[in-house]
Amino acid sequence: MIEFRMPSLGADMEAGTLCEWLVKPGDTVKRGDIVATVDTQKGLIDIEVFEEGRIEKLLISEDEKVPVGSLMALIDDGKGTPVSATVLIPVTTETITPAVEKKIETELPHRIKASPLAKKIAEENGVDISTVTGTGEEGAITKEDVLKVVAERTSPPEEKKGASSESIRMAVAAAMSKSNREIPHYYLETEVDMTKALAWLTAANLQRSVKERLLPVVLYMKATAKALAETPDLNGHWVNAFLAKKEINMGFVVSLRTGGVMIPAIHDVGAKTIDEIMASLNDVIPRARALKLRSSDLSETTITITSLGEGSVETVYGVIYPPQVAIVGFGSISEQPWAENGMLDVRPVLNITLSADHRATDGATGSRFLMALKNHLQKPELL
Amino acid sequence: MSDNQFIKITYREAVKQAIREALQKDERVFLMGEDVGRYGGAFAVSKGLLDEFGPERIMDTPLSEAGFTGAGIGAALAGMRPIVEVMTVNFSLLAMDQIVNNAATLLHMSGGQVNVPVVIRMNSGIGRQLAAQHSHSWEPLYAHIPGLKVLSCATHEDARGMLLTALQDPDPVIIFEYTFLLNAEGEIPVNAGAVDITRAKVRREGRDISIITYGPALFKVLEAAAELSSAGIEAEVVDLRVLRPLDDDTVMASVKKTHKVLLVEEAWCSVNVSSELSARIMENAFYELDAPVQRLGGVEVPIPYPKHLEDASIPQKADIVNKVKKMLQHD
Repeated sequence: MIEFRMPSLGADMEAGTLCEWLVKPGDTVKRGDIVATVDTQKGLIDIEVFEEGRIEKLLISEDEKVPVGSLMALIDDGKGTPVSATVLIPVTTETITPAVEKKIETELPHRIKASPLAKKIAEENGVDISTVTGTGEEGAITKEDVLKVVAERTSPPEEKKGASSESIRMAVAAAMSKSNREIPHYYLETEVDMTKALAWLTAANLQRSVKERLLPVVLYMKATAKALAETPDLNGHWVNAFLAKKEINMGFVVSLRTGGVMIPAIHDVGAKTIDEIMASLNDVIPRARALKLRSSDLSETTITITSLGEGSVETVYGVIYPPQVAIVGFGSISEQPWAENGMLDVRPVLNITLSADHRATDGATGSRFLMALKNHLQKPELL
Repeated sequence: MSDNQFIKITYREAVKQAIREALQKDERVFLMGEDVGRYGGAFAVSKGLLDEFGPERIMDTPLSEAGFTGAGIGAALAGMRPIVEVMTVNFSLLAMDQIVNNAATLLHMSGGQVNVPVVIRMNSGIGRQLAAQHSHSWEPLYAHIPGLKVLSCATHEDARGMLLTALQDPDPVIIFEYTFLLNAEGEIPVNAGAVDITRAKVRREGRDISIITYGPALFKVLEAAAELSSAGIEAEVVDLRVLRPLDDDTVMASVKKTHKVLLVEEAWCSVNVSSELSARIMENAFYELDAPVQRLGGVEVPIPYPKHLEDASIPQKADIVNKVKKMLQHD
C-alpha cells in the first residue's frame, strides 16, 4: 500500500487546501498522472502521483485544509505492504465494490488545435488557450472562441479561489523575509566576454526551426550546471546543516505580469542537452505565467537562477530562496570597453553575480564557481 | 460627355477599342498574328482594322508561332512596339522558347543594355466545348518566369485599358484574354482608357472571408459572393489582375481584414498561382489566419469535351458557395 501525502511545494508552504479529487476509488493511476488540485498561496497546483497502482481510498474531502505531509489517499500497488501504524483506517464492514478495470488509454499527448490568429489573440490577452473550448473545424479554437473567453473575463469578476496577485505577493514576501532574516548572504560578481557564446548561438539557431531556437539563458543554465559539478557545495539545501543534492534542479525565476514571481524548476539540468533545456523552458514558462504549474515543477529545487533578459539592467543581485544556498544572477548583455592583451576593444559583456549562503560556503568556493562558469561560457560548443 | 457616363460594350469590343487607340496614338505600334488581317482575327477582335490601318500595321503571319513571335521580339529590339497576337495559349507552347529564352532574358543577358518592349496577347481558358487541346489555362506557366510581366483581363475595363499601359512598359508583357468572356457585355466609363498594371483590385468588399481569384473565375466568384450575401456571409473578392509580380500588399491587407482565405482559379491545382499565393500568405500573414487557406482549382484531368463534364472540370458558382459555407460552418 502506498501512502499519498500532501506534498511540499516550496519551503514556505505549510498547508494546502484540497480543491478537487480528479480520481475516485478504483481508478488506476500511473506515474505522472494528475490526481488532485490543491490550492496554495501560489495558486491552484495540479498534484501528480509518482507510483503506479489503484486508488484504494480517499482520506480527505474536498475543501479540507491539511498540513504538508498529511495522508491524503491510499494507493494499492498490489504489494500488500502494511500501512504505517499511525494511520487509522476506519473499520468498516462494507465490502469495497470491485473496481471496474479501466482501460489505460495509450493516447498520444493531447495537442490543442487552435488557429494562428486565435493563439495570437489569446497570448495578447493572457488567455490560457488550453481553457478555451473550440467550435471550429474538428474542434479547432478560432478567433471567436478566444474573444468569447476574453469578453466573459472582462465582465465583473467573481470572487475566485486560487492565486491572486495578492496571495502571490504575500508568498514572495514571506519567503524573502525569511531569507534575509536567516541567511547571511555574501555577494560576488564577475564580467564575461560573450562574443564567442553569442556567435555560437547565432550559428546554432540558423539550423533550428523558429520553435527550437535557443535563447542565451539555456547557455547560462547549462554552464551553471557544469560549474556546479565542480563546486557541488553550492547545490543543495541548508536545514540546520548543509545537505548536498546530487541532481541539479534549477529554479528559474519567471516574473508575472500581475506582479510577483514564480520559480518553476528544470529538473536534472546536468543530464539534459541544451535543446532539452530549451524545450523544458518553453513548456514551463507559459504554464508559470498562466499559474498552471504542477507539483513536480515546484518541488526539489536545489539552486535558482535569475535572468532579467534583454533591455534590462546590467547587474542583478539575487536573494536566496530558502532552503537553497545560492542564487545566480544574470544581467543583460551590453557593449562595454574591454581590455585584453594590452589592447582596448568593445565587446558584448555579461555581468554574473552569485549570492550565496555564508553558512554553507565561503567566498573562495563562490569565486571558484564563478570562474568555472565564466570558463564554460567561453566554450559554448562544449556545453 | 462627363466622367460619370457609361456605355455598354462587349469584352471583344473593349479589346478592339484598346488596339485601335494604341495604333492611333503611337506609330511604332503594329498588330501581328495569325488571321488578324483579312479574316479579322480568329475571334473577330481585329475586324475592320486592316482597312483602317493598312497591311503594314495589321500584319497576317504564317502559321508559325515560334517564327512570328521571334519576329515580334526582333521588332521590339529594333525600336518598334509590336502587339503579337497568339491565337490561344494552347499554341503558345510553340512560341515559348522565344518568350522564355529571348524576350524574358535579353535585358539581363545584355547587362541592362537591351529592353524588349513587346506585348504578347493570347486567349486562354475554357471556351465552348473545344476539348482538351484547346481549353488550357496556362497562366501559371508564364507567371513562373522572371523577366515577364503577366496580366489577366477579367473585366471589360481591364480589357479596354491593360494593353495601353503594357505598351508603355519597356519590358515584355504577356496579356491573357478570355475566349469565354468575348461575348459578355459590361459597362465601362465612356472615357475609359489606360489602367494601372501593378495592383490587384478588391472587386467587392466583405468582412467574413477573402476570395482571391483572377480571369473568368472572377464572375463566378462575384455571383457566389452575391448569393452568400443573402445568406448573411459577406465575402471580399480580390481580383489579382497581375499574376507576375503578385501584389502581396493588397492580398495581405484583405487577409488581415477577414482572417480566412479561399483561392479560386481555373488552372489545375498542382503548382498553380494559388499554390504560390497560399505559400506567401503563410509566410507573411500566418498569425492573421483563423482557418487553413483553402483552394478551388481545375480538376486534374485533360479538359473533357462533353458539356456536363467540361463544366464539372472547373470551379462553378455552387462549388464556391458550398466551400465558403463549409469554411464558415454555415449549413
